[in-house]
Amino acid sequence: MERIDLKESGLRGVNRRLQLREGDAGTAAFEVTGLGGEHSVAAGLMHPIEVTLKGHVGYYCAGMNQQARITVEGNAGVGLAENMMSGLVRVKGDASQSAGATAHGGLIVIEGNASARCGISMKGADIVVKGSVGHNSAFMAQAGRLVICGDAGDGLGDSIYEARIYLRGKAQGLGADCVEKEMREEHLKELSALLAEAGIDADPADFRRYGSARQLYNFKVDNAGAY
Amino acid sequence: MCGIAGLYLKNPERYGSLGQLFCPMLEEMSDRGPDSAGFAVYRGESGGAAKITLYDPEETYDWDALAQRMGQELGLGVSVERLSTHAVLHAEADPAILRDWLTRQDPPLRVMSAGRSLEIFKETGLPRDVLARFGAAQMSGSHAIGHTRMATESAVTTQGAHPFNTGDDLCLVHNGSLSNHHRVGNWLTRQAGITFQTENDSEVAAGYLTWRLREGASIAEALEAALKDLDGFYTFAVGTKDGFAVLRDPIACKPAVLAETDDWVAMASEYRALASLPDVEKAKVWEPEPATVYSWGAA
Repeated sequence: MERIDLKESGLRGVNRRLQLREGDAGTAAFEVTGLGGEHSVAAGLMHPIEVTLKGHVGYYCAGMNQQARITVEGNAGVGLAENMMSGLVRVKGDASQSAGATAHGGLIVIEGNASARCGISMKGADIVVKGSVGHNSAFMAQAGRLVICGDAGDGLGDSIYEARIYLRGKAQGLGADCVEKEMREEHLKELSALLAEAGIDADPADFRRYGSARQLYNFKVDNAGAY
Repeated sequence: MCGIAGLYLKNPERYGSLGQLFCPMLEEMSDRGPDSAGFAVYRGESGGAAKITLYDPEETYDWDALAQRMGQELGLGVSVERLSTHAVLHAEADPAILRDWLTRQDPPLRVMSAGRSLEIFKETGLPRDVLARFGAAQMSGSHAIGHTRMATESAVTTQGAHPFNTGDDLCLVHNGSLSNHHRVGNWLTRQAGITFQTENDSEVAAGYLTWRLREGASIAEALEAALKDLDGFYTFAVGTKDGFAVLRDPIACKPAVLAETDDWVAMASEYRALASLPDVEKAKVWEPEPATVYSWGAA
């Protein structure tokens, strides 16, 4: 376990060390203190290391992550794990807006609540939120799964493509082209695997599935007059 | 962009260190708004006398002569204290009468704030320099609200800086922009007799709240009404003589973080502005919900 203090090393010092650019990857574990809500902490990591961030972080924490397993012991600001490719990001507190935006792969676990636009334009990552999510979550989500154990704000899944949403509580409203879908055996199975991986104790049978009605995929000639 | 920081002390034992706690918060928001800054501080030590904060770009303005003339014309004892480009007038009178007299002068004086507790100071320049110029770190009081400005739609001027005050002891800072402020501002001027000193949209929001309070609403009720009447995107932090409130627009365009301990409530655009506060690691920290009024004190 290597300890780094952000106040001493500065943001660039911390990220350079965590990125292990010299090629000495291995299975290292790091603990970062002195965070003070700094932006872009643990961004651009590329190796399968364990990173524990001891406190609240600012914007774009764990952005573009590949392979690293990052835990935030606090809240995260806007754009958590933006464009993540692989690995695991776990937030013990709440996440602000646009958590997991455009993320391609890996798993994001938010143990508190996530605010608006969680999983916006997600492209293959999995996001599991133990609490609730704000409005316009999974907006234009293309692929991957968004699991919400609490409630969702208005406009859930607006203009969604092929991502799947599992919701235990209630949605204040569904967005355009987002509909409830049948929960089949395969869905219960994938949801139960996701919950297990996230370490969240919930019964998959309590969830409903939402996805695209696929009515916005093609231009309809009846709408030509609107243009 | 723009940055906001607000600190409301629940424990009077901390009043002496208000400025010391508040300055690092506002400074931390410098890169959200490096072109001008301002802050409102609520200090009750005037013993109930009216306080007016005035501004003149010349640091040599003869405030004593003004106070004397004002005292003679209104039949009052008026004292004055210079702070850089600003001055604080004290008099035993209704703040509205003083404000009225000052804006009737030719040329009219620029009134930054009027009330019995509130003082507002603002200038162009880096937040650190603005705070130092007015000796903010040494100020005591119950609450302070500040703003760092990155001007996007109007000039970088002292007048365009926040906070705005339009009625006794009310101040507002704003991150965002309003789209119906012309219409609302015109209505307030014609129908409610609210006067504005700038073209700024945020001053209209302050004027709107002043009008609602005058009609008998609490600040929380006034903000609930603002959700319907003000169109645009905004995070507002509002101070009254003994209250503090926060509101975000229904789609939460602009950021905000709240934190609370037994001793204080703090609000900022980003958590890093709160990181220097005492016991922040034990504070309850959360993001305010869209279209939800949060208020403390007699708000």
